[in-house]
Amino acid sequence: MSPQFLIQQLVFGLLTGALYGLAAAGLSLVFGVLRVLNVAHGELVMIGGYASFWLFARSGLDPFLSLLLTAPLMFVIGLGLHQGLFAYVETLEEEPRIKNSLLIGFGLALAFHNLAIRLWTADERSINTAYSGAVVTLGGVVFPVVRLGALAVAIVAIGAIHLFLRRTYLGKAIRGTAEDWEAASMVGIDIRRTYLVAFALGSVLAGVAGTLVSVGYSINPGIGLEWTLKALIVVVLAGLGSMPGTFLGGLLLGAAESASTLFIGGAYREVVALVIFLLVLMVRPQGLFGR
Amino acid sequence: MTVNARARGTITAGLATLVLAMLAILPAWTARTDVLNLGFLIFLYVTLAQSLNALVGFAGQINLGHAAFFGIGAFVMRWLWISGVHPYLGLLAGGVVALLFGLVIGVPAFRLRGAYFAIGTLGLAEILRITVGNVLPVVSTLPADFITGYSLVHRYYLALGLAVLTVAALWVLGRSRIGLGMLALREDEDAAEATGVNTLAHKLVALAISTALAGLAGGLFAFYHVSYYYQLPFSPAWTFDALLIAFVGGVGTLAGPIVGAVFYVLMKEILTRSLVELHLLIFGVLFILVVIVLPGGLVEAASRLRRLLVPGRGLSQSR
Repeated sequence: MSPQFLIQQLVFGLLTGALYGLAAAGLSLVFGVLRVLNVAHGELVMIGGYASFWLFARSGLDPFLSLLLTAPLMFVIGLGLHQGLFAYVETLEEEPRIKNSLLIGFGLALAFHNLAIRLWTADERSINTAYSGAVVTLGGVVFPVVRLGALAVAIVAIGAIHLFLRRTYLGKAIRGTAEDWEAASMVGIDIRRTYLVAFALGSVLAGVAGTLVSVGYSINPGIGLEWTLKALIVVVLAGLGSMPGTFLGGLLLGAAESASTLFIGGAYREVVALVIFLLVLMVRPQGLFGR
Repeated sequence: MTVNARARGTITAGLATLVLAMLAILPAWTARTDVLNLGFLIFLYVTLAQSLNALVGFAGQINLGHAAFFGIGAFVMRWLWISGVHPYLGLLAGGVVALLFGLVIGVPAFRLRGAYFAIGTLGLAEILRITVGNVLPVVSTLPADFITGYSLVHRYYLALGLAVLTVAALWVLGRSRIGLGMLALREDEDAAEATGVNTLAHKLVALAISTALAGLAGGLFAFYHVSYYYQLPFSPAWTFDALLIAFVGGVGTLAGPIVGAVFYVLMKEILTRSLVELHLLIFGVLFILVVIVLPGGLVEAASRLRRLLVPGRGLSQSR
């Protein structure tokens, strides 16, 4: 193996990892703030991907530009899902809340998966723009333009959500609620609104990741479970509380997958990630998500 | 009230015996393979859903990796059977290996509470599925002499027997001291621990029963199919089917998974003729409704409906 080949694999891993990080950021936000474990998160990634795919297929809209439409759409979908479904667990205590949200998410994942097959067929879809094949070569290492674009969008999205949570009143309210909802409620924060906004923002992050997946890679109605697992693995690795931290966790997973492809074989790429996931879960039995 | 309850108990027992007797003589009535296949599938899903019910419904531990144990049972049974071991022995071995595997992972896995156990088992099942798919990416087909001796009626009776055994096991469990301990654990883990219930031991017993029964169901699957991909019984679809059936039917009850399995298999049969996988969409939506508004599933819906239709029973009590 030449060092150039190794670096190339690492680059591919990191570019994929950026999307893991973005998808995981949404799951982490929702879980951290609402204590809702939405196992249909991967299906939201899938829906975001199809939204951009159809905008491109029907009207030729550039996938990166289509984010201006799909992000608000995902926000609205998130509002609807929370108001219609997940708000029901809001009043429960932490453990039954997580359990029931998990079950709701499970039913939702199944419904979305099969609805997507009905609506869009089970075919593998991918957005092929004029610049899809373009690459930048740097010292013999290839960087596909669409994946570089995806990396840029992911960094911007993570940066934006980070600044929102740190600098704005609503963002601080969301962090306060995540820290201690009772105390937050006592100081006059509208808990229900922060829950709603956090869930909707989590859906937007999933949707943006989906768009980037559909342009750099491919989507089909069945990718939900895989993306939920990736996001879960990253959240377990990175812990809760920091969006840039979650993003780094994603990059780490991407790199780890590349390394396992190189040294064990591509067929066991997913297995390696899952074994790391289980080991980390075991070593921190209080629940990894604990801060 | 007690007289009424006792009378109802007798009626239920009588009805169950009648239905069982009819199911037992069904193959003598009809040789139609579609009817027998349908019966087999219902029994298989009753066994699978009840096996999950033991853990989820009784002990309150959500397992999203149940397919792992179904897959192990299928794998062990198939391998032993083709190697020349008697199929019943293979079936039993599949259940035992699934149980052992359940116990091995149970001790570390139950250090995780609630949802963490669920996602941990989900990860574990995926590891097994992908590994089996990589190591044995082929179809397992029965040798020719096995196929010539294939009897559907035999499978039908074995499945019926296993389903009855499973329901009976859970009935006994529900009346035992340890079963009551599981219910306490399900309702409130801390409170159960405080009143002297050894929660880890109860979880492990529930997991042992659940995984052994899932392994037997998997063995039944391997005994039934002439050819299938080795990976197939490890598919998360088995976990999902079991969860859907148990919850929609009524999790934590004996009748729930039976009602759920009948409903599920019939709907699947009817709908797959017209539209692909529509039953999963319908069951997914029903599942969400059950979790949010009707935790008792169809069984509870039926008893609520009965109270509505027969005024004076439920209503008079509440007034």
